[in-house]
Formats: sequence, structure tokens, C-alpha cells
Amino acid sequence: MKDIEKQFKVEDLTSVNAPFFRAKEKAKGEDRRAKLCESIEEAIKRSGLKDGMTISFHHAFRGGDLLINNVMNVIAKMGFKNLRLASSSLASVHDPIVEHIKNGVVTEIYTSGLRSKLGEAISKGLMEKPVQIHSHGGRVHLIQSGELKIDVAFLGVPVCDAFGNANGYSGRSKCGSLGYAMIDAQYADYVVVLTESLEEYPNVPASLHQDQVDAVVLVDEVGDPSKIGAGETRMTTNPKELLLASHTAKLIEHSGLFKEGFSIQTGTGGASLATTVFLSEKMEEKGIHASFGLGGITGTMVYMLKRGLIKTLLDVQSFDEFAAKSLGENKNHIEISANEYANPSSKGASIKQLDIVVLSALEVDLDFNVNVITGSKGFLRGASGGHSDTAAEAKLSIIVAPLTRGRLPTVTKRVNTIVTPGSTVDVVVTDQGIAVNPKNVELKARLKKAGLQIVEMQELYERAIALCGEPAEIKYTDKVVAVIRYRDGSIIDVVRQLA
Amino acid sequence: MKQKLRRSMLFVPGSNTGMVCNAFIYKPDTVMFDLEDSVALSEKDSARMMVFHALQHFTYKNIETAVRVNPLNSPFGLLDLEAVIRAGVDIIRLPKTDTVDDVLEMEQEIADIENRIGREKKTLLLAAIESALGVVNAVDIARCSKRMMGIALGAEDFVRDLHTQRTKEGLELMAARNQILLAARAAKIGAFDSVFSDVKDKEGFMHEVEYIKGLGFDGKSLINPTQIPWLHKAFEPRQKDINWAIEVLEAAKDAKERGLGVISLDGKMVDAPIILRAEWIIDLAKASGVLGEEQ
Repeated sequence: MKDIEKQFKVEDLTSVNAPFFRAKEKAKGEDRRAKLCESIEEAIKRSGLKDGMTISFHHAFRGGDLLINNVMNVIAKMGFKNLRLASSSLASVHDPIVEHIKNGVVTEIYTSGLRSKLGEAISKGLMEKPVQIHSHGGRVHLIQSGELKIDVAFLGVPVCDAFGNANGYSGRSKCGSLGYAMIDAQYADYVVVLTESLEEYPNVPASLHQDQVDAVVLVDEVGDPSKIGAGETRMTTNPKELLLASHTAKLIEHSGLFKEGFSIQTGTGGASLATTVFLSEKMEEKGIHASFGLGGITGTMVYMLKRGLIKTLLDVQSFDEFAAKSLGENKNHIEISANEYANPSSKGASIKQLDIVVLSALEVDLDFNVNVITGSKGFLRGASGGHSDTAAEAKLSIIVAPLTRGRLPTVTKRVNTIVTPGSTVDVVVTDQGIAVNPKNVELKARLKKAGLQIVEMQELYERAIALCGEPAEIKYTDKVVAVIRYRDGSIIDVVRQLA
Repeated sequence: MKQKLRRSMLFVPGSNTGMVCNAFIYKPDTVMFDLEDSVALSEKDSARMMVFHALQHFTYKNIETAVRVNPLNSPFGLLDLEAVIRAGVDIIRLPKTDTVDDVLEMEQEIADIENRIGREKKTLLLAAIESALGVVNAVDIARCSKRMMGIALGAEDFVRDLHTQRTKEGLELMAARNQILLAARAAKIGAFDSVFSDVKDKEGFMHEVEYIKGLGFDGKSLINPTQIPWLHKAFEPRQKDINWAIEVLEAAKDAKERGLGVISLDGKMVDAPIILRAEWIIDLAKASGVLGEEQ
């Protein structure tokens, strides 16, 4: 028998045509808890992680994420170098990554967003290789195209069973939808799930599935529940935000798309949330219902679902605990992956069915290009997110921003960094007038007739400059510190090192 | 004379840079910069400078401006007056007007400054009645100056003077409101109600607005821009009234074209006050966005 075995290579023994020799000796039921690791370190050892590989994380815990820092610390302690970090996004809480870059643990980054000290340090030239900034849909595209091959994914969840069935809508650190993590679970070579609590098998319905997961680690905490919620979840009292919201709601009402069965996506932040509230008042008044609400889901959207104003929520990311809870309770609140949400090369991305999207901006320019990644001083301090994805596909993309912030103009001659091309932006709403993309002739006439204050972008620009003065030019060196990838993978802009 | 719409007068503390820079975006009928009670002693000079510049800025060119100056017997009153009249303010809001002399003294100072700088457009006066004495003298105060465009109730100080406090029902203000309104109407000038301070209480605010609108007030002072759309909504004319106003104005136009001295509508005579009322409703409808410019 031994002799025969020697004649074959290992691969032959596992091929479909190999003869049956004997079952590997093990006790039945032994596999049941085989995925459980004692520690993060053990999971990393089992994963076969090597220098130069790509590790990934998801960002559903946002500012409350504790996992990325914890795992990175273990990885650094184990002596790994030269890793490519591919988190679906990064928040202010991830500033400790600066040290891992300095120590050579991380040498390349793919992310949707960069903020705070990490963004500043990179803008000042901390890394040799430029950061690749992608959109949420664009990330899936990069993974599927093979450019972003994930070797080991570390996916934090509040609840999981020993076999790897995990969800985000129950447990202590509820993050709601695991829409971004679902992609990593599907495509990474090795998948480690880190969970706060172990449930009895089967923990279903699951978002990450047993046949995708290689290892499970029980950890003390993956997130800080008080910081998981993104932005404001209460109705704003800021009069400027309320003003912007009332303009936006009126615009939507008269856009021609506000009719039975329309669909909408809004973000977080005061103006966006208030727009949703004002719009729901109009919907009740006119007896109009939305077929679906998409994207990052907030408590306000959940409220509309409960009141029957929206029929279905398609949730790739739950922005607050109301949304996270509802995902587990309401059968019309559906979890979708980033591929189903926004990937341009997906067989079916929901944004292609979307009527209206309300988006924010750090800067907008005369050609309607939008910057959501670099601030007024040129630092990386934002996220591409689903901005360019939704703007490109929704029938009506609305950018809402105050004309000035303090003494900074929001409307500029040319944005610092293009994330979303102006050709995909339909309307820009400011507190001092609404500019309609010149290509939308009919929409412009319609809004004018409805009594909205329609102005040219040039007028907004001149007003902003008259109020704030022309900002001093930001001085850069030639070195590229970040590459802005458009959703199809192409390079739409670069960010250079600050001089 | 055609009456300007003055539903909303937004108080803007002269020392609050953000508000001074932004108040115009909320489109109140009148912006009222305050140099008096909302400005700390240490900021009196800087606030005056800021308001001086704001009044001349293009963003305030298409909006009526008022300034509440410090009392003339304070070290700041005259300096305030000098600055804001030079900057082109439309209305001076007198602080705490108790007697006719308060008005006449202010009027004299304003006239002096206007003469000195050669300002032709007369600065108007708005007297704030904030004491029992002021309410008693309201009739005389309202008609003692040609510059007087209106009188306003300052309820916070008034209730203190009355030895009581404000309530949601507002019974403590009943006498003052009625007196001020009568005084204003007798003098054919505007009457403006006091601020409603609880910004979160929309229901209470709307209740008060309906009440003072019913009494006959032209509008109300506001301390938060959030209240502006609520107030304007409450003043939005009903379609029935708009239709009536259109008919009145068409009849007037028709009579003028045909050279008729007497205007009649459905057999009833239409006189000047009715035409003024109709014009006011149309202005209100346009400002409320319920009537397009072309109509």
C-alpha cells in the first residue's frame, strides 16, 4: 500500500480520478470546533500569512472599530513586514496604523477613506507607495479583476458560531449589515472571523457563511458600541442644515421623479437626515410610497419603513443602532453585499435601479466635479465611499453643501481632488442657490417653475469668493501620495505630497 | 402708501460673527442686528464694527436692515448711531422706549448725523415698548415722529416690570398687545409682536403666531432662523383671499383704464383701503411662494 502511495504526488491523491485509499484517521465530529483558535496569533499562524501578503478588514464598526488596531498590533509583534492593508475604509480611530507604516509592517494601502492623523501623515509623504483610494463599488471591481487579491481577511463580528456563521445585527457591538465583509469572505484565500460571542450552531440567518470561513477567534471586544453610529442620528437643530434640507426636499418634490414607487438613497449628517424627514412629510401628505431605500441605512429610513412609506430597505451598511436592530427584525429590511450595492461590473448592482441620491461634498467646482477626499489644506481627510458609484447610476444625483464653511468656499474654480466627475452630477444645492448641470435642460426649467432659486454655478462661485476671498493655493511636491481610482478602476486623479 | 411686508424680524447678535455673516440666507423680511442686550460690554466696539461692515456688504443689499442700538445715555449709544446711519441702515430700533422724549431725543440725533453726512434717505424708527410706562404712553409714542414705522412689544422686560412672568397662554401680555396694536393702527404704522424663546416648541410658537395674527399684528421678532419658515407659512394667504385680491386689483385697473372715478366689484364699492389690503395680500402670496411672479 505504502509503495503505491509513493508513486503518486499529493495532488493526484486529491484529484477526482484518484483511487480511494483510506479515510484520514480522525474521530467523527472532530471538525465541529476545529476552526476555533485560542488567539488572534494562532489564527494568523494557521492562515499561513507571509511577508508581502495582502490582509483585509471591513469598516462596519466605523469610529467604534477596535479590531483593526488589535489585529495589526499582533501582526506587528509577530514580526511581519511589507504587508498590503486593504480595509474597505479607515476612520480616525485607526491613527495607530501610522506606527505600523513607520516600522515597515504596512507598506501599501487600499481603502475608501483616510482621515485624521493617518491622512495627514500620508499627505506629508509617510509612505513610499501611494495609497489607492477606491469607491465602495470600485473595491469589489478591483478584487474581482485580480488587482486586489486578498490573502487573509480578518472580519470582526458581534456574533458567530464555532463553524463561522456570523451576523452583525445581534450581540453587543451591533454593526448591522456586513455588506462589505461579505465580499472579503467570498474572495479572500483565508478568512478569519473574530467574534465577541459564540452562539450555538447554527447561528442563522448568517451573513458570513460557514463554507467561507477558515478560522474563528473569540475576542473580548470588536467594537465600542457607543461609537459605531455614524454622525448624527437625531434631527438637526442647525438652521443652515435645515435650510439646505428644505431646499433639497422641495427639489426632489418637483424633480419629476417624486411619484409612487420612486427610490432613494441619502447619507448621514444633519442635512441629509433632515431631508429624509422633510421628504417623508411630503410623502405622507401626497400619499406617495417609495419602493426602496438604498445604501447606508439610518434610523430615519427605518422609521419610514415601519410607517409603510418605504417598502424595502437594501442595506449595505447600517449607520446607527436602529438600523442595525431593524435588519435583524424586519423582513423587508434586507442585507446586501457591496457587489449587489454598487460594483460597476456586477451582474446586478442596486444603484442601477436607483432614482434619487442625496450626497455631500467638501468641494464642488465650476464643472460640477466633486471632492470628498481632500480638505482645504490639502490633507486626505474623507472617503470616496459610494459617492461616485451612486452619482454615476442614479437618475438624479443631488449634491448638498453649504456655499461656505466658516471662511472657506465650497464652490471653487477647480476642486483639489476629483472623486466624482461633474458629468455624473445633476444638481448642486447650496444655501444661496441651486445650480443645475447645464445638460439637464428640462430639470432646470421644471425647478425654476417650482419657484426654487436656480442660479448658474459661476454665480455661486463668484458669491463664494466675494464672501471668503480667493483661497491661497495649496503647495504640493511632485510625489504622488494617493491615487484616486474611479469605480471602473481607472485613475481619475492623484493627490500629491504637501510641500 | 404701499405697506412693506414685515412678517419676520430676525434678531442677530452683533457680536456673533457666524450669524452676522449668514443671517441673510434665511430670508427674513427684516434683519435686526443687535448691539444692545445680546452683546457683552467687552464686545460693544467689535460688534459695532462688524455690523457697520455687514450693513454695507452686498449680501444685505436686498434685505431690509434694522439695528437695535444702545441707549443714548450709555457710552455706546451715539457711537452706534453714528456708525450704522453712515453704513446705510434702514431702521433704528430704539431700546426701551418709555416716553415721547425718548423718541424725540433719538430723532434729533439721527437728523443731526444725517445732515452731517448728507444722507438723503431718512432713517426710520421702530420703538420697542418694554415697560408699563411705555405701554401707557404707546399712543403718543406711535405718532410723535414721522420717522416712526412701527412699534414693537418687548415682552421679557415688560413682564418683569409687571411683576409676573411669561406663560404659554400669554394672558399677562393681553393688555399690552392690545394697547400696542391700537396705538399702532391709530397712527397708521406697523405693530410687531415679541419673540417666542423656546425654539424647540414649534406647536407653542404656531399657536402664538395664529393668535397675534388674529389680533392684527404685522409680524413678530424672532431669535432663531428655524422659526422663519414656520412664521411665513402661518402668514400664507388662503387661496380664497388671493382670488379676491386679484379681482379687486383687476377691477381697479379696469376702472382706471376706463377713466371711472368709482371702482366697483360685484356691485360693491371698492375704496382705497380695500385696494391696499388687496395689494398686501398679493405681496404676501408672492413672498409665500403661492403666487408666481408672472401672475
